[in-house]
Amino acid sequence: MPKRTDLQRILLLGSGPIVIGQAAEFDYSGTQAVKALKEEGYTVILVNSNPATIMTDPELADRTYIEPVTPDWVRKVIERERPDALLPTMGGQTALNVAMALARDGTLERYGVELIGANARAIQMAEDRAEFAAAMARIGLATPLGRTVGRLEEALAAVGQIGYPAVIRPSFTLGGTGGGVAFNRAEFEEHVERALELSPVHTTLIERSVLGWKEFELEVMRDRRDNVVIVCSIENVDPMGVHTGDSITVAPAMTLTDREYQRMRDAAIAIIREIGVEAGGCNIQFAVNPADGEMLVIEMNPRVSRSSALASKATGFPIARIGTKLAVGYTLDELPNDITRTTPASFEPVLDYVVVKVPRFAFEKFPTADYRLTTQMKSVGEAMAIGRTFKEAFQKGLRALEIGRPGWVAGATAADDRLTSDSPDDLRVALRVPTPERMFQIKRALVAGLTVEEVAQASRIDPWFLYQMEDLLQAERWFVGLPEIGAAALRRMKRMGFSDRQLAGLRGTAEAALRARRWELGVHPAYKTVDTCAGEFPSSTPYLYSSYDDENESEPLGERSIVILGSGPNRIGQGVEFDYCCVRAGLAFRELGFKTIMINCNPETVSTDFDISDKLYFEPLTLEDVLEIVRWERPLGVVVQLGGQTPLQLAKPLEAAGIRILGTAPDAIDVAEDRERFEALARRLGITQPPNGIARSVAEAVAVARRIGYPVLVRPSYVLGGRAMEIVYDDGSLRDYFERAARVAPEHPVLIDRFLEDAFEADVDAIADGRRSVIGGVMQHIEDAGVHSGDSACVLPPYLIGDRQVEEMRRHTKAFAEALGVVGLINVQYAIQAGVVHVLEVNPRASRTVPFVSKATGVPLAKLAAAVMAGRTLDELGIPDDLPLPGVAVKEAVFPFTKLPGVDTILGPEMRSTGEVMGFADSFGMAFAKAQIAADGSLPLEGTVFVTVNDSDKPTVVPIVRRFHELGFRILATEGTERYLRARGIPAERVAKVHEGRPNAIDLIVSGEIHLLINTPLGKFTQADDYAIRRTALVHRVPYTTTMSAASAACDAIIALRSRIGSVRSLQEWHAKTSVGKPASEAARAAPSPGPSGVRA
Amino acid sequence: MEGSLVLEDGTVARGPFFGARRRILGELVFNTNMTGYTEALTDPSYRGQILMMTYPLIGNYGVDPHAMESDTIQPTGFVVKQACPTPSHPRSTMGLGDFLKRHETPAIEGADTRALTIRIRSKGTMKAALVPADEEVDEIAKEVRAAPQPDARNLVAEVSCKTVERHPGRGKRTIVVVDCGVKRNIIREAQRYADVVRVPYDTTSDEILALKPDGVILSNGPGDPAHPDIVATSVRTTRELAGRLPLLGICLGHQLLALAFGGKTFKLKFGHRGGNQPVKDLRTGRVHITSQNHGYAVDADSLPESEFEVTHVNLNDRTVEGMAHREMPIFSVQYHPEARPGPWDNEYIFRDFAAEIREA
Repeated sequence: MPKRTDLQRILLLGSGPIVIGQAAEFDYSGTQAVKALKEEGYTVILVNSNPATIMTDPELADRTYIEPVTPDWVRKVIERERPDALLPTMGGQTALNVAMALARDGTLERYGVELIGANARAIQMAEDRAEFAAAMARIGLATPLGRTVGRLEEALAAVGQIGYPAVIRPSFTLGGTGGGVAFNRAEFEEHVERALELSPVHTTLIERSVLGWKEFELEVMRDRRDNVVIVCSIENVDPMGVHTGDSITVAPAMTLTDREYQRMRDAAIAIIREIGVEAGGCNIQFAVNPADGEMLVIEMNPRVSRSSALASKATGFPIARIGTKLAVGYTLDELPNDITRTTPASFEPVLDYVVVKVPRFAFEKFPTADYRLTTQMKSVGEAMAIGRTFKEAFQKGLRALEIGRPGWVAGATAADDRLTSDSPDDLRVALRVPTPERMFQIKRALVAGLTVEEVAQASRIDPWFLYQMEDLLQAERWFVGLPEIGAAALRRMKRMGFSDRQLAGLRGTAEAALRARRWELGVHPAYKTVDTCAGEFPSSTPYLYSSYDDENESEPLGERSIVILGSGPNRIGQGVEFDYCCVRAGLAFRELGFKTIMINCNPETVSTDFDISDKLYFEPLTLEDVLEIVRWERPLGVVVQLGGQTPLQLAKPLEAAGIRILGTAPDAIDVAEDRERFEALARRLGITQPPNGIARSVAEAVAVARRIGYPVLVRPSYVLGGRAMEIVYDDGSLRDYFERAARVAPEHPVLIDRFLEDAFEADVDAIADGRRSVIGGVMQHIEDAGVHSGDSACVLPPYLIGDRQVEEMRRHTKAFAEALGVVGLINVQYAIQAGVVHVLEVNPRASRTVPFVSKATGVPLAKLAAAVMAGRTLDELGIPDDLPLPGVAVKEAVFPFTKLPGVDTILGPEMRSTGEVMGFADSFGMAFAKAQIAADGSLPLEGTVFVTVNDSDKPTVVPIVRRFHELGFRILATEGTERYLRARGIPAERVAKVHEGRPNAIDLIVSGEIHLLINTPLGKFTQADDYAIRRTALVHRVPYTTTMSAASAACDAIIALRSRIGSVRSLQEWHAKTSVGKPASEAARAAPSPGPSGVRA
Repeated sequence: MEGSLVLEDGTVARGPFFGARRRILGELVFNTNMTGYTEALTDPSYRGQILMMTYPLIGNYGVDPHAMESDTIQPTGFVVKQACPTPSHPRSTMGLGDFLKRHETPAIEGADTRALTIRIRSKGTMKAALVPADEEVDEIAKEVRAAPQPDARNLVAEVSCKTVERHPGRGKRTIVVVDCGVKRNIIREAQRYADVVRVPYDTTSDEILALKPDGVILSNGPGDPAHPDIVATSVRTTRELAGRLPLLGICLGHQLLALAFGGKTFKLKFGHRGGNQPVKDLRTGRVHITSQNHGYAVDADSLPESEFEVTHVNLNDRTVEGMAHREMPIFSVQYHPEARPGPWDNEYIFRDFAAEIREA
C-alpha cells in the first residue's frame, strides 16, 4: 500500500523539556519523523517547547512552534494550522497524553484531525493497566496480578490479596514517576499516597512483585497489512525491580534459548495485534522467572521510547523513521532497509556483535537523594557500547560513561563503591540493594572471594553475566603475572575490552607508555560495520565500531574529512544542546563539501543517527578511542568546541599527539580555564573581575577568602555544570567544603571568587572568525546571582540591565574573542553589581545557550561556527554586526525534583536542572508565562498566594506581594512575613508554621487552598519547615518560586495571561521579518574552494 | 590447543580448538540465527558442511537435549567467535564443548567470523578444513582444493532413517514423512494432525501407498536435490505419488517436487541460513519472517507454468520460496515452517496441509 494522499498537513508533537525518563531519544525520533514526512512531501507542523533540540531547528519542519506541549497550546496550533493528521507517537508520554486529551475533549474531531501511528483506542488500552491486563488475559498471556485503585483503603484490600512485596505503579506518569516497591504496610501506605497524588487521574496499580525475575524487552513493528517484525530483543542485566532506564541492558538477549525467545516473540506479536497498533511500533516488557521460565507481560508502550532509540542504534533499523512511514500508509515490504538499500525493511535485524547500554546517574549533585535503584527511573543519561563480545562491550560501555572508571574498575576506596568495607558479609548485604555502583561492588565481591553463586544469590543477576565478569577478573590476574607483554597478550586483553589505562594500571605503568608499546607492536583496533544483517548483504552505510578482531572494514576518508567529537552520555550540565551544535555544524560541513566523521557513544541522540554524518563511529570519547580513529582516518582536523566539556578535555592531548584542532586553538581554552593566565588577560583588557584567588590547601583557601572577603564562591577548576560549586559564608563552612570537594578533581586546585551579592548575571554568546566577531545574544538571568546559569531562567534581550552595561558586555566579549583568537563560538558570563560589569568566566566553545539564541534570532550559530572553522569569514557569510531579534525569548530550566525524593528544591551554584524550555512572545510577561507553562508549571490567574521569606528578602518581596494583592489574590503568610507585610499595608493573613500546630501551611497546600508559593530559605542550613513546605508544594504541583526575581517575573506573567489570550506563532514566521546571512552553500560557492589552506588551526 | 580453519582460497583463521580433536573437511556455510545453536547443530540439512555462526556468543544457555532436532550433531565442524564454557540455564544438561565432544565434532573459536562471512558472501560458499594448527596449512589448502564437493556424495542416505518408524499422533488420518534428513519438529507438527509414519528416503511409491496414508510430507535434507541417487529414488517416488495423494514439500522436499515436475534447481552463491528471511505470500500479500537453511533453490523459470504457480518469494533476492500445483493438492515451501530454530510465524503451512488431507 503506498502512502496516503488524503493527508497533506501533519502535526507532530515533541516531548518538551528533557526530564528524567524523557530525554534526547525523543529528539532523535522526532527528527527522524520530521525528515521522513518531509521526504514524502507532507507539510510538517511541529510543536515542541524545547529549544535545545535538533527537531526545532527551523530548517527541518515547515512550521516550527516553540510553544508549550499542553492541550491548550497545541489546540491553538491546531486552530491555526488545521492539520489533517496528528502523529502522537514520537514525543514520548507527553505527546501521547496531549493527543489523548485532545481526542477526549473533542478537539481532534472538531477540526477533523486524524490520529495516525496509534489510535486513541489502542493508546487507552495500552496505558490503562486494568484494560491492558484484561487484553492480555484474552490472548492467554499473564500479567502480574494487579488491581487499579483510587483510594488507600482499596489499595490495602488489594495488597491483602497479593501480599508483600508489592509494586505500586501510578497511572499515566512518565518514567515511572511515583512508582515503587513496598515491603511492609508503612512503606506501602507512603507509596500509595504519593502515587495517587502524582497520577493525573489519581489512580494507581497494585501489582504482584516480580523482584528478581529476569527482565526482557522486545521492539515490535506492525504495518496496516498486519505484517509484524521484531526489531530487537533487549535483556536487562539488573533483574526486575530496577527501572529498565536505570538497568545495564544488553542487546540481543543473552540467556534465552531459541524456544524461550520464540515464545516471547509470538507473545509480542499477539500483543501488538490485540492492542491494535495498526501502523507503527511498540515496546513490550516481559519478566521471566529464572527458576521455571514462567513469563509475564509487564507493559507495552504504543510509541517510540528510550528503548526503541536504543534498539535503533543497536541494530541499524531506524524505528522512528520506519514507524513514521508506516503511519502514512506504507507497508514494511515497500520500504527499503536504509543500511543495505537492496533489501526491504520487512525483516528482522540480526546482530554479529553485542550492545551494552549503561545508565549515567547524577547522585553526586543530589547527595540527600535516595540512591537505591527502584522502579522509578533516576538516571539522567546513558552510554552505549558495541563490541564483538559482551566483555568487550561491557568494558567499553563503562569507560564511555565518563565517571572516572576506565572500564570495569573498582574505586580507590570501598566508599567510592558505596561500601563500608570489603568484608564478605558487608558485600553480600550491599549486593542485595541495586545502586549505580553495583557492578563495581560485584568486582570487589569476586576479588574478596565470593563465588559467582553467592553473588548471583545476593544480586539476583543471572550467573551468565557474572561468569563473564569473573573471566575478566581472571584475565586481569593473568596479565598482571606476565613476565613481559607481547602482541598476543595485548590483543587478548583488548578483545575483552580493556582500555590502555586499565592495562597500564594493572602493569603499574603509565597509559601513554602502554599505548606506545601497543602501537610499537602494531596492535590496533579493527573497525566493523553495523549492517542489520550480520554480513549477509553488502551495506552502504558506514556505521562503525571498534573491536580487536582481524579485518578492518573502514575505508579511511583522509584529509577531505572532519572529525566531530560529540558530547557523550547526557548528564546534568551537558545535554542535548551540545548534540544540537554537533549535528548542526556537521550538516554545515557537509554542505561545504567536507566529509564528516562523528564520534559519540550516546544512543539517545541525533548525532548517532547513521545518516547525519558520512561516517559514524559509535565509540567512547576517551583519548585512546579517539586517537585510534584519527590515526586510521587521517582527517583534516578534529572539532572539539561543540560537544561541551567532554571533547574539550581532549583538545590538548590530541594536539600534543600532532592532531590538528579546527577552530579556536587549544591554548585559548587553556588561557580561559587557567586562573592565572585568565586574570592576566582580563587585566590586560581592562575588564573587571570579582576579587579572586586559587587555593591548593585548606590554609591557602582560608587565607584567600579572608583577603577577598566573604561570601565567596568556591569551585574546583575544570568542571562543568557547577559541579561542587558553593557559596560559602565563613571559615568553618569553607574548611568543611574543602574537605568534601578535594576528591572532585585532585589534579586541579580550587578556585575562590568573591560572591557578588544582589547582582544580575548575564550570558553572552558570540561567534568569531579570527578577525571579526558578532554577538549572537545577550541574555539576562532572571534568578539572582548565585544560581547556576544553567538553572536560572533567562531572557533575551535583557529587561533590567541598562543599555550602557549591555554595550559594555558586548564590547568585552568581542575583546575576549579577539584576544583569544577565537575561531568559532565563545560564551562569556558576567555579573553586574551596582552598575559595574564583572566578568565571571569565558568559555571559548559552544555554550548551553547556543540553540536557544539561534532559535530566538533565526541565526544558526552552530552552522556558522562550522563555516568559520572551515575557513569562511563572517563577511563572506553575510553576517551583520547586529543580529535582529524579532521578539522576547525566555528560557526556563526544568528540574528532576519529583523523581528524587529527599531533595530540596532550592536553587544554588551547583547546576541541577536536566532540561529547558523556551517561551517566545512579543512581551516579557507572555514569554515568561509560556516558559512557565511549558516547564510544567501552571500559573494561577486568581486564588491564594502563600509568602514566607527570610529577613533579607522581606523588603524586596513587598512590592511583589502588593501587585498580587492588587490583582485580587488572597495573601497568606507565616508570622514574621505576615507582620512585615501588614505593617506595610498589605492585608496578609497568618498561617501556622508546621511546628505551630494544625491546620498549618502544609495542610493548606495539601488541601489545595494555596495556588502559588513564594518561599526563600534561611541561609545555607535550611530549616526543616521550609524544606517540608517546598517538597509538599512540589509533590502537590503547586507552583512555587524560591527567588524574588522569579516571583516578580511570575507576577508579570500572570498579568500577561489575564490581560489577553496567548497566541502562537511559528519560528519561520518570527524569523521571516528578520532573516540575515546567506546559506552556507551559497557562501561556499562564493568563496575560494575549501581545503587545508583555508583552515585556521 | 590452537586450531586452524583453512579455506580453499587459502584463507586461514586460527583460534582455540574445542570439541572433538580431529581433522575434518566440509563446505563452510554461515547461519545468522542469534539463538538456536543446539537445533542448528542437529539439523540434518547441515550434513557435509562446516557450520559457522555469525552471532558471536554461542553456548550461553548450554545444551538441552530436548532441543535436538535429530539424534546427533550433523555438520562436520563448527566455527564460532566465542564459545561459552560457563552456561547458565536451568534446562541445560551439558556445555557446548561437551556436547560437541560427545558427538565427535571438532570446533574452533576466536576466528574473525564476520570477516569469513563477508568472504563467503562475496566469493560464494567454499570448501574448508578444520585442523590442528601444527599442520602445514599450505598443504592443507591444496588438499581442500583437491577434495570433491561434499554434496557430490549422497548425503541424504547418510541422514535418512533406515527403517520405517511409527509416531502416533492426533486424529484419524495418517501422514507419511519421506525422511531425507527430517527435523524432529516436522514430525511433531505433523503429529498434531495425524499419525505419522516416517520412511527412508528411497522408499518406493508402492511401499508408501501400502501404508494407506492420507498425505505425504517430503522432508528437508542435505545436499544437491539433483544428485543422481536422489533423482532415482525420492524424486521418482514424488513423481509417482503426485495426483494420488496430497503432498507437502519442505526445503529439500520442495526442490524434489520441482524436479519431479520437470523443473530445475540451482546452487545459490552462499545459500539462505538464518531466522530472519522475509517471505511474501503472493496470494495474501502478507510477509512472514521465516527460518531457512538451504544452499539450492528452485529456478522459477523452469517450473511448468500450466501446472505450478509460485506462491511465495524471498523479498531479499526474489528467489522462489513456495509453490502450489494449480489443480492437485500439492504445495511446497523452501523455508522451514517447523522453525526450530527460528520464528514460529509459519505453522499455518501444516494447518493448510491438514485441511487438504481432510478434504481429500
